[in-house]
Amino acid sequence: MSDLLLKVENVGIQFGGLKAVSGLNMEMHAGELIGLIGPNGAGKTTSFNMLTGVYKPTEGTIIFNGKKTNNMSPHQVTKSGVSRTFQNIRLFKDLSVLDNVKVANHSLAHHSVISSIFRLPSYFSGETKMEQESIEFLKIFGLDPYMNELAKNLPYGMQRRLEIARALAAKPKLLLLDEPAAGMNPQETQDLMGLIALIREKFDLTILLIEHDMGLVMGICERIYVLDHGQLIAEGKPEEIRNNKKVIEAYLGEEVTE
Amino acid sequence: MKKSKIFWIYIAVALVVYAIVELLIVNGQLDMYYSNLFITIAINIILAVSLHLVIGITGQFSIGHAGFLAVGAYISAIFTTNLGFPFPVALIIGAIVAAVAGLIVGIPTLRLKGDYLAIATLGFAEIIRIIFLNIDYVGGAAGMQVDYLTTWTYAFFGVLITIIVIANFTNSRHGRACIAVREDEIAADAMGINTTYYKVLAFAIGSFFAGLAGGLFAHNFFIIQPSQFGFLKSFDILIYVVLGGLGSLSGAVIAAILLTVISLYLQDFPETRMIIYSLVLIIVMLYRPSGLMGTKEITDFFKFNKKAKGGKVNE
Ligand SMILES: Nc1ncnc2c1ncn2[C@@H]1O[C@H](COP(=O)(O)OP(=O)(O)O)[C@@H](O)[C@H]1O
Ligand SMILES: [Mg+2]
Repeated sequence: MSDLLLKVENVGIQFGGLKAVSGLNMEMHAGELIGLIGPNGAGKTTSFNMLTGVYKPTEGTIIFNGKKTNNMSPHQVTKSGVSRTFQNIRLFKDLSVLDNVKVANHSLAHHSVISSIFRLPSYFSGETKMEQESIEFLKIFGLDPYMNELAKNLPYGMQRRLEIARALAAKPKLLLLDEPAAGMNPQETQDLMGLIALIREKFDLTILLIEHDMGLVMGICERIYVLDHGQLIAEGKPEEIRNNKKVIEAYLGEEVTE
Repeated sequence: MKKSKIFWIYIAVALVVYAIVELLIVNGQLDMYYSNLFITIAINIILAVSLHLVIGITGQFSIGHAGFLAVGAYISAIFTTNLGFPFPVALIIGAIVAAVAGLIVGIPTLRLKGDYLAIATLGFAEIIRIIFLNIDYVGGAAGMQVDYLTTWTYAFFGVLITIIVIANFTNSRHGRACIAVREDEIAADAMGINTTYYKVLAFAIGSFFAGLAGGLFAHNFFIIQPSQFGFLKSFDILIYVVLGGLGSLSGAVIAAILLTVISLYLQDFPETRMIIYSLVLIIVMLYRPSGLMGTKEITDFFKFNKKAKGGKVNE
């Protein structure tokens, strides 16, 4: 395997008395596609929130690309090369599809506030560049015909894809996808997985994928981490995870209680 | 190309309006009463559009705008009346000091959200008013004598500059960042937008233009008093923005014109004024809960392929 991109050491977080995640250890190398699975409430989204600066871990260290990101704010983490989607879609609803992507493209151009107010040449060249690149991202996801629609008017499946397009526009090295297939039908899910494989190739991405559905993750991930009750209970190749007793128990336990 | 042509058409229309009004004033067809109405409308448009940037575009519910109006009014008045500076210079100084006041107030308060931000900004505006109330140099409660310098020309170009600057800001990557903050602060942050920076920036620009309005306001009468800058004044400005439609610049302008005219005609009946004013608001909120214009702009009605507001590029 190539360079170490992400190192998570003993990371944990406590909300009041509740330890949502503890003793989390992970490593990701450039180019990997890794799954993070576990029953509902296991701490998967909370882990994403720590990796992206939304929550500050109460213990441990996160090192991304050689830099400690524990205490960075989310926009700093994003600028250092980590981008994400949200489990509950968080698009800019009243902005157009194109503008959603342009927001994430913010740092592509450098025209200043003054240049924007006075409409200097750098404003025009900068905005044009942003627009062109944003459209390229939309094309990958087949969203370009809808670029002038408001994001809130898109059907659900397209909103999910738009979120990924937007995350890509922030130019991540590491892309975090939080249940990107949630609510999709099998066909849409299949297409989405194809798309994820495609962007990974095209943009040299490293991807960490949260998925509730174990079968789906098994199909595409090279390695899998399994969380339960905030603890890492297993780690390994799909076939190892499939036969892991603890994992089976965690998922069985869930099925019984559900 | 096409859009920058449209921009020049707007400018031309605005200049024609300016010229007509100016001619009528010079020829004496519009008396003091009406020329004063036009100037008041202009000042209120500046206030509405500047608060629109903070509330409508950036989504920060600030309700202390009169505080920055006061800063601009007093500072510019000091520079003309007491220090003898030329009026335009004093206007700019007043606006800059108001922007600095905006930074000082904005940096601590913009961490707060929703109701807390509203209360904090209202509190700061009161503090600003009370500071002026207690400074003898500016006359305290009795007020301060100010030279009468504001003309229709100053007021008109004040509006024109305010609208151009704020519209251009909004339609750039910086404006989009502000709208993203309004739409979803967590998502904006996750997409690499420095949300604190943009909230403070929008607040400072908004305060700058409130300060400019303050300078025009102060020199449009012979005296200014702290009581003119109380929270009722802040609410007046807030109402323009809400009534016009949160997020719509043209809505803010239309509401400012409408309400200024209504309240002028009702000036002599203060009780009726409040009742009618409230009725207008209640009716609009019942029948158009998102304001007169919603988030639309006037220009949207003339366009074939409609684009979301705040995201257009003038190619
Ligand atoms: N901000 C918060 N405050 C309190 N508890 C939280 C917070 N965020 C997450 N939790 C708790 O952490 C646990 C893990 O949640 P989450 O990470 O969303 O699980 P999932 O694995 O389904 O994504 C849950 O018990 C949840 O209630
Ligand atoms: Mg989750």
